Amino acid sequence: MTTDHALVAHSASVAYGDRLVVDDVELAVPPGRISVIVGANASGKSTLLKTLARLITPKSGSVLLDGMDVHRIPSRRLAQVLGLLPQNPLAPDGIVVSELVGRGRYPHQSLLRRWSAGDDAAVASALALTGATELADRALDELSGGQRQRVWIAMALAQQTEVLLLDEPTTFLDVTHQVEVLDLLTDLNRERGTTIVVVLHDLNLAARYADHLFALREGRLVASGHPRDVVTEQLVHEVFGLASRVIDDPTSGAPLVLPIGRHHVR
Amino acid sequence: MTALLRTPSPSVAPPVDSLRTARRRRGRRRLTVTAVLAVLTLALLLLCLCVGNTFSRPDEVLRVLLGQTVPGASFTVGELRLPRALTGALAGISFGLSGVTFQTMLRNPLASPDIIGVTAGASAAAVFAILVLGLGGAVVSGIAVVAGLAVAASIYLLARRGGVLGSRLILIGIGVGAMLHAVISYLLLRSSPFEVAAALRWLTGSLNEAFWEGIPPLAIAVAALGPLLGILSRRLHILELGDETATSLGVNVDRTRLLLVLAAVGLAAFATAATGPIAFVAFLAGPIAARLIGPGGSRVLPSALLGAILVLASDEIGQFALGTRFPVGVVTGVLGAPYLIYLLIRTNRSGASL
Repeated sequence: MTTDHALVAHSASVAYGDRLVVDDVELAVPPGRISVIVGANASGKSTLLKTLARLITPKSGSVLLDGMDVHRIPSRRLAQVLGLLPQNPLAPDGIVVSELVGRGRYPHQSLLRRWSAGDDAAVASALALTGATELADRALDELSGGQRQRVWIAMALAQQTEVLLLDEPTTFLDVTHQVEVLDLLTDLNRERGTTIVVVLHDLNLAARYADHLFALREGRLVASGHPRDVVTEQLVHEVFGLASRVIDDPTSGAPLVLPIGRHHVR
Repeated sequence: MTALLRTPSPSVAPPVDSLRTARRRRGRRRLTVTAVLAVLTLALLLLCLCVGNTFSRPDEVLRVLLGQTVPGASFTVGELRLPRALTGALAGISFGLSGVTFQTMLRNPLASPDIIGVTAGASAAAVFAILVLGLGGAVVSGIAVVAGLAVAASIYLLARRGGVLGSRLILIGIGVGAMLHAVISYLLLRSSPFEVAAALRWLTGSLNEAFWEGIPPLAIAVAALGPLLGILSRRLHILELGDETATSLGVNVDRTRLLLVLAAVGLAAFATAATGPIAFVAFLAGPIAARLIGPGGSRVLPSALLGAILVLASDEIGQFALGTRFPVGVVTGVLGAPYLIYLLIRTNRSGASL
């Protein structure tokens, strides 16, 4: 499967009331790669992701998918290409896992073509890829946080979009499950060629898993590129206002940021 | 943990097959429940036509329905019981549909049109038309429909100002509803006892004044808006996943919500205009349907049937099972009030917001 969908933000600005949250951002999501958006709290990274996913209309500028304004593309057709997993998705009480994952098939169905063998296959493969096959008949309410997050990702996978955006998919997970989710996204990217954009707040995990980093500060894009090229002590200071040392991560070779606080400094 | 991402081991049953089996099993359960509810609705309709001060045999009822003249049954069945039963069934369907739509859309069982002031708007306008303007008949019903729509629109606009729907809309609706109930009480208190009798059904809802002339508007509303809600039901259940997920699954959230609100409010207003606000039917139908069909399935059609069942059964109980004849709304009120209290207690205990 080849994915060469071009998702581009063109001088996009978003404001909540008078407050500018995303400020004139110009970016092109590298197709077939994993991009990670990083930034401090309230730097506008979630807002930028939602703008890319057409959940928010920019005040000025635009978001283009293959050259077309995402707000002009019919919503169902867009949903066949571009998926988003929000930070806090809501589930109906008591819903069973396989049924929830099945709702990811909605954009591929219509009033006349409701459910096909292809839909079953897509759900089965999404469950298998996320290791949730054994959970298929369980109620979502009964699952642990890590299991639940895998099920939500399975729902997004069942949508079978070639571009997948995820808003902080590792929040509230312990480190094991964080790594598990990011490994899963990497598999998805390598096996299916899915273009992935993730918002993460852990800079080190971002630097390890990203093919491309977008760093935001106060709504402005301050760095864009491969982690090895952009993660520097200077950038960490600029983006997070934090003194640090950046070394080579001995396990992955990616840059590793060691924050320097006021205490415990040699 | 590390093996999570590998392809499933061969010992696991072919997942596609087991998924399909589970899906079909759930589908069968929903179909069975819906079929049983449909049969129950028809049985209750028949019961309503047979039972009265005198008992008419089912074969007599059938002959009346076929247009034959049956001495001793043609008038009671054809002119008294049939319009009453049809009005009850149609109003029940409308309240059931309207309630489940609001509850599902706002993800809150408290969000039914009888709790958030939509039916109260229709009632208050009708009472005003009867007691202050001295009107009667179809004009009052028309005014009730328009007022129900207007009140719903103003609640919607008031709740929208912050840009957030949901619990805000429910709280504003409850407030508006309380205000409208005060208006109704005021109007009743300052009028003469004779006038009050005509206005009283607007308080609890009753089928006592069901007549043939009142049926066409309600029937047209159900015939037009019912199928619309049926078509929208898949989108309604995607909306349950939240606005963001629904949008990314390709649902046009704003447009869908507007259509849903218009259809649900229209049904509630027309039903209220025909029977008065039959208490708690809209509120109860959806949650009962959810219990019966299990989580995840569409509750729209089962709720419509349950609405009809609740109204017809309660009307029979109100007429014949108790010493005095009570209007249907009194019976449904007795059923619904404990459930409302239960919901409020549960909400409070879990610490959840509305």
